[in-house]
Amino acid sequence: MTGMREGVTSVAEQEISTRLVELLTQQRESLGAAWLENVSATLRGRISVAELDRELRELYSALVDGLRTGGFDWQGDSYAEVRALLGELSRNRARQGFSPTETAVSVLAGKEILEPTTETSAEDIQAYLRLSRLMDALGLYTLEVYAKTREEIISAQSEQLMELSTPVVKLWEGVVAVPLVGTLDSARTQVVMEKLLQTLVDTGSDQAIIDITGVPAVDTEVAQHLLKTVVAARLMGAECTISGIRPQIAQTIVALGIQFGDIVTKATLADALKHALRRNSVDLGRAGGAA
Amino acid sequence: MTERVPVLKIGDVLLVSIQVDLEDQTVLDLQDDLAARIVATGASGVVIDITAVEIVDSFVGRMLATTAAISRMLDAETVVVGMRPAVAITLVELGLSLGGVRTALTLEKGLDMLARPDSRPPAKP
Repeated sequence: MTGMREGVTSVAEQEISTRLVELLTQQRESLGAAWLENVSATLRGRISVAELDRELRELYSALVDGLRTGGFDWQGDSYAEVRALLGELSRNRARQGFSPTETAVSVLAGKEILEPTTETSAEDIQAYLRLSRLMDALGLYTLEVYAKTREEIISAQSEQLMELSTPVVKLWEGVVAVPLVGTLDSARTQVVMEKLLQTLVDTGSDQAIIDITGVPAVDTEVAQHLLKTVVAARLMGAECTISGIRPQIAQTIVALGIQFGDIVTKATLADALKHALRRNSVDLGRAGGAA
Repeated sequence: MTERVPVLKIGDVLLVSIQVDLEDQTVLDLQDDLAARIVATGASGVVIDITAVEIVDSFVGRMLATTAAISRMLDAETVVVGMRPAVAITLVELGLSLGGVRTALTLEKGLDMLARPDSRPPAKP
């Protein structure tokens, strides 16, 4: 019984898809033009018409081929070409900064081109409904790829940020500095701490400067991390200076009651460098060359 | 019988270079040996080189501080040299800041520091 029902459905589906292929092939030019017009209206010239035309033409023929060989099974092999094209389109849109709506509209606008009118026959209306379901599925697929691409971009960026954010620079013979930029959390502080201490060993420097000019806010946790780094550097035999304390941050630290003890703090990196050099007994009078 | 850490004399400085894994008994023996040697030689400084030490626990950390305090009682300034980053981080996480122990990056700098005793104040807790 079920087998027969399925048989009936698939026969009906086949008829519908054949009819759709017929319609789409017959009016290829006019329908393609209507689709292009619909899409370019929403994208408002942010993408060149020629490029859009090429994209939609490829998509159109891939869709017709898919319908002809695979019916409405958009996850099947016959639609591989369609999915590849949609994936590429959606990735490009995501990279170029288009919104999800602007991305999905390229696909969904394809529905309107066959929109039924009062003169449309009952079969064609059914064909239209079936096509519109297919286009919805393809639209969702496009959005999925779009979201995935955005996530990839975000994770790549945060990785880059992590690498960027912890450079240890040598300022002078025996003086290294870490300019911290951005919010400090435990993971980042751990990386900074390890990198700074390793650099002290590698370069044989015994003066370290942690510059927090680029740290937007200091709370008790961040202060705790900074203090730990300073104490660890001291245990290794290096002196650590904290510089770049902005007026608001100084106020916050005092208001929070954080004790920096005998840790040297300076307002600017220049002051900290001067202090470090003085400790290393570098004669600043002859500071022309390297010490 | 556990291994004993040798205490070497260079001029009026005693050098303790720890090359073995630190067990509790080793550290206690070292403390005895070192105190005896300081008195016997009248040394004015002690350098403890822990470059080869990769693992410390809270006991070893505390013993370093105690050893330094004992040496100071016997009028010998102690410098701990060559601490690895991982060891330093561990000690900080354990809450040990080795108050009163002077530290230097390398053996050379440590010896230099003892030669100029008032060049830098000791680390405070």
